Amino acid sequence: MEIREVIDYLKSYDGPQLKIMEVCGTHTASIFKAGIRSLISDKIKLISGPGCPVCVTPTAYIDKCIEYASMDGYELMTFGDMMKVPGTSDSLSEAKGRGAANIRLMYSPFEAIEKAEENPDKTYVIAAVGFETTAPAYGLMLQEAKRRGIANIRLVTALKTAIPALHWICQNQDDIDGFICPGHVSVITGSSIYEDLSEEYGKPFVVTGFEAEHILASLYRIVKQIEEGKGQTENLYKNAVKEGGNAKALAVIEDVYESGPAMWRGLGVIEDSGLYLSDEYAMYDGGSRDLFADMELPEGCSCGDVIVGKVNPDQCPMFGTACTPMKPFGPCMVSSEGACGIWYRNVN
Amino acid sequence: MCVAIPGKVIEIMESTAKVDFNGNVVNVSTGLIEPEVGQYVLVHAGCAIEVMEHEKAQELLELFADLDALQ
Repeated sequence: MEIREVIDYLKSYDGPQLKIMEVCGTHTASIFKAGIRSLISDKIKLISGPGCPVCVTPTAYIDKCIEYASMDGYELMTFGDMMKVPGTSDSLSEAKGRGAANIRLMYSPFEAIEKAEENPDKTYVIAAVGFETTAPAYGLMLQEAKRRGIANIRLVTALKTAIPALHWICQNQDDIDGFICPGHVSVITGSSIYEDLSEEYGKPFVVTGFEAEHILASLYRIVKQIEEGKGQTENLYKNAVKEGGNAKALAVIEDVYESGPAMWRGLGVIEDSGLYLSDEYAMYDGGSRDLFADMELPEGCSCGDVIVGKVNPDQCPMFGTACTPMKPFGPCMVSSEGACGIWYRNVN
Repeated sequence: MCVAIPGKVIEIMESTAKVDFNGNVVNVSTGLIEPEVGQYVLVHAGCAIEVMEHEKAQELLELFADLDALQ
C-alpha cells in the first residue's frame, strides 16, 4: 500500500459524516503542520480532545505553586508551558512580575537532585504536571532522591491518566466515531491498554506516531474499520509502542504513585484519573491532594466544549478577539499544545 | 507537554547517556530503558523513554507494510 492510495481513500470517502478525535495535543499540532484537513473528505471531521495536561490543570493548583514561589527558602521548578495557565488572580508569569521571584524553568525534573544537594537550606518544589508520559520521569527522580537521602524536594502533582478520561468521553460524548490514541502516552502504557475501550464502546482506537504518514494511516484504518463495522485497537506506531508498554516505567509508576480522583478543567472530577504520591513517598508531597477548586470558565468561554470536541476553537465567541495566546482566558489557549492555541497560530 | 524527541545515543554512562539531537548533545536519564550506543531513543523530560527500532525512512516503510497486513 502507498500513501497515494491512503489519501485517495480518505479524500473520496462519501459515507455518513464521521467525527474522529485526536486525543493528544501533539497530534493536533502535527495535523495542522501537515495540512491533513485539506487531504481528507469534508465528511471526516477531526476534533481535538483533552490531551494537554497543562490545559486541564485547575486554578487551585496554580495558586498553590504561586504560594511556594512567594515563600522564602523555596524555589518552584516548572516546565515553561505552565507559566501562563490562569490561577484565581494570577498566572505564574504574572505572579513573577509581581514579585513571586522564586520560579525556575526546568528542562528535566532531575535538575532538582543536583540543586537540592548543593543547597540543603532551600526546598525545591517541582510543579509535576503531566500524563503517563511524564509521570515516570518525576518518579525516577524521587526514587533517586530517596536513595540519596535528599529531604529538601517536594512535588506538587497534577498528574493524570488518559484512560479514565477516554471512558468519560465515550460515556458523555457518544457521537465520536473513532480515536487516534495519544502516541507518547502509549509508549509508556502500551497499545493493549485501549482494548477494553474498543471492546466496551465498539469503536476503533488506533495508536500512531506524529509524522503526516502516521496520522493519515491511522485515519485510513479508523474509517476503514467503521466501514467494515469493526471497533478494534490497532497499533501503527510499533517503532516506539510495544503491546505492553515500557515495563520499567510502569513499575516506577506502581512504586511511586497511587491513583485517586482528579479535577480536569472543563470536564470536572474524574474518579481514578489522578496519580498521587504513595505512602512511601508521602514525605515528598507538597500538598497535592486537595487541589480541586477551579475558577469557573469566563463567561462566553467554550473550552469545556472544545476539549470534548463539541465545537471547534474558532466557533467560540471569544476566539481570537477576547482570547489570544498573548492574553488567554480559557485554558485551551494557554499552552502551545492546547487546541485553541494551535488553531490560533495556524489559522491567523 | 507529551512531546518526545528522537536522538542518537553516542555514549553510555552509569545511569545516563549522551544523546545527540542534530548536533546538540544532552545528558539524559536511562533509568527506564537500556539503550546501546548508535541506537535512536525517544527522549521526554530528560528521560529516555523508549528505543526506536528503526530510523524514520525504514519506519515509514514498515507503517505501510502494517497497513497491508491489516487489510
